[in-house]
Amino acid sequence: MSRSDRMSRDPSRAAIEAAWHLEWPKLVAALTRLVGDINLAEDLAQDALVAALQQWPSQGVPPRPGAWLMVTARHQAIDRLRRDKVLAAKHTLLGQELLIASAAGEPAGDVEDQPAIEDDLLRMIFTACHPVLSPAARVALTLRLVGGLTVEEIAQAYVVPAATIAQRIVRAKRTIAAKRIPYAVPEGPELARRLDSVLDVICLIFSEGYEATAGDTWLRIDLVEEGLRLARVLGGLLPDEPEVHGLAALLELQASRVGARSTPDLAVVLLHDQDRSRWDRLLIRRGYLALQRAHALSAQHGRPYGRFALQAAIAAEHAIARTPDHTNWPRLARLYAILAARFPSPVVQLNRVVAVGMAAGPAAGLALADELAATGALDGYHLLHAVRADLLTRLGRFDEAEAAFRRAAARTANTAEQRLLQDRAADAALRSGR
Amino acid sequence: VRFLLMVQSPANSQRPDADDAGLEERMALLLDEMAKAGVLLDAAGLRPIDEAVRVQLAQGRQTVVNGPFTESKELVGGYCLMQARSRDEAVEWAARFLALHRGDWEMSMEVRQLDEPL
Repeated sequence: MSRSDRMSRDPSRAAIEAAWHLEWPKLVAALTRLVGDINLAEDLAQDALVAALQQWPSQGVPPRPGAWLMVTARHQAIDRLRRDKVLAAKHTLLGQELLIASAAGEPAGDVEDQPAIEDDLLRMIFTACHPVLSPAARVALTLRLVGGLTVEEIAQAYVVPAATIAQRIVRAKRTIAAKRIPYAVPEGPELARRLDSVLDVICLIFSEGYEATAGDTWLRIDLVEEGLRLARVLGGLLPDEPEVHGLAALLELQASRVGARSTPDLAVVLLHDQDRSRWDRLLIRRGYLALQRAHALSAQHGRPYGRFALQAAIAAEHAIARTPDHTNWPRLARLYAILAARFPSPVVQLNRVVAVGMAAGPAAGLALADELAATGALDGYHLLHAVRADLLTRLGRFDEAEAAFRRAAARTANTAEQRLLQDRAADAALRSGR
Repeated sequence: VRFLLMVQSPANSQRPDADDAGLEERMALLLDEMAKAGVLLDAAGLRPIDEAVRVQLAQGRQTVVNGPFTESKELVGGYCLMQARSRDEAVEWAARFLALHRGDWEMSMEVRQLDEPL
């Protein structure tokens, strides 16, 4: 269909920038493959914005803004490589191909090829989440290059100075170049290992928002939404990987409780006390769909549930309980036992304590909790003490409960959480009758 | 931030005479793109207005009225619920949806932010 048939758009600057922002990660990912350098790719994407700001107001927004920006950026890449021999020498192979293709008058290749662009985005995700980088660097790079957030936006979300994030990103890019990390999607057994790192990074972003460790708020919705968005994007890019859907399921289900997790004055509301009518049914439904997909793919590939799918199954169990009393605790205790056996971790063990405490009573829970406490692995973790305190309260051992709540409060930096724990300690003291 | 995008067309407008070839395919591609961008939460088209029913409340009395509703100025033909970073981003997706249509269509897209606690 020719352009004249289409409605023409008369764009404002904000509209052009919004269109460009949406295309930015794909643009940079594709350009990085072409020129072999992320910084240069970003410069070229910026050039494309400048061109759009010049041309779209008079010519209208093209029907496929992404394709237009890509073609424009490619032309600019060719111009730059022609002008700058040093640059051309640095980006030898790929740059040469680009020059030869343009000299032969060929169209600039797979500009309209959506699968190719999606592959580029995947390459970028695996590069940004490469295990050679520190977790903090992976997070910053992923939010910047895959999420398309600005340095300022990332800094704001993490409550750190913009210069800190900027430097983290600069260093990470240098490491990628110095270590000659191939710009490629890993294959075979390598894929599974590297995918783990990608899933961890997305989970880390979501969790930072969901259980904010810095600042005065218990929850930072921007990071929750960004983590969710990245999980959904990955689900579209790697539709055959069960664990990708397992992670998406887990995050959708956890996000469904966001509206019920804190009071207007930002106090914490625990799962048991949440107003379940405020749980987001749409996200619960999406979580279930993703979990179903993870389940079907696991069965199809003959693979056991991954760690995220197992956690999603646990979250789903909570999501279907109309009231806390309707929770199927025996089933949850079984799911946690499987999770603890397959992916042993003190934190999983702690969650198992909670489930057992509900399924088999506080005495059984406390026995497991004391076993876990004896290992010393979680002594610095406030929730171990909070869980023990809760079990002790239920057993009527209020003095010990109060002490445990105080220990818990002393071990969290989150002010909202501290307040909740101190309140519970005071409550236990009151009930001990002292 | 969530936005509800509602496709509306004037009640007195007719669909263009000739079929807008490939429109459904283009729409499917755009929805797929939105899903892959992680922004699409839900979307659906609505059945024709003459099948609709209105349950009205006025002066303490309820009445049930069957369509079509000749007094309506704008008719909602479909909706899309999306998660966007900003209003500008939601507007851009709305513009892309309208851009799928040929020039003889007359329609609008209402972009409304959901009133959410967070």
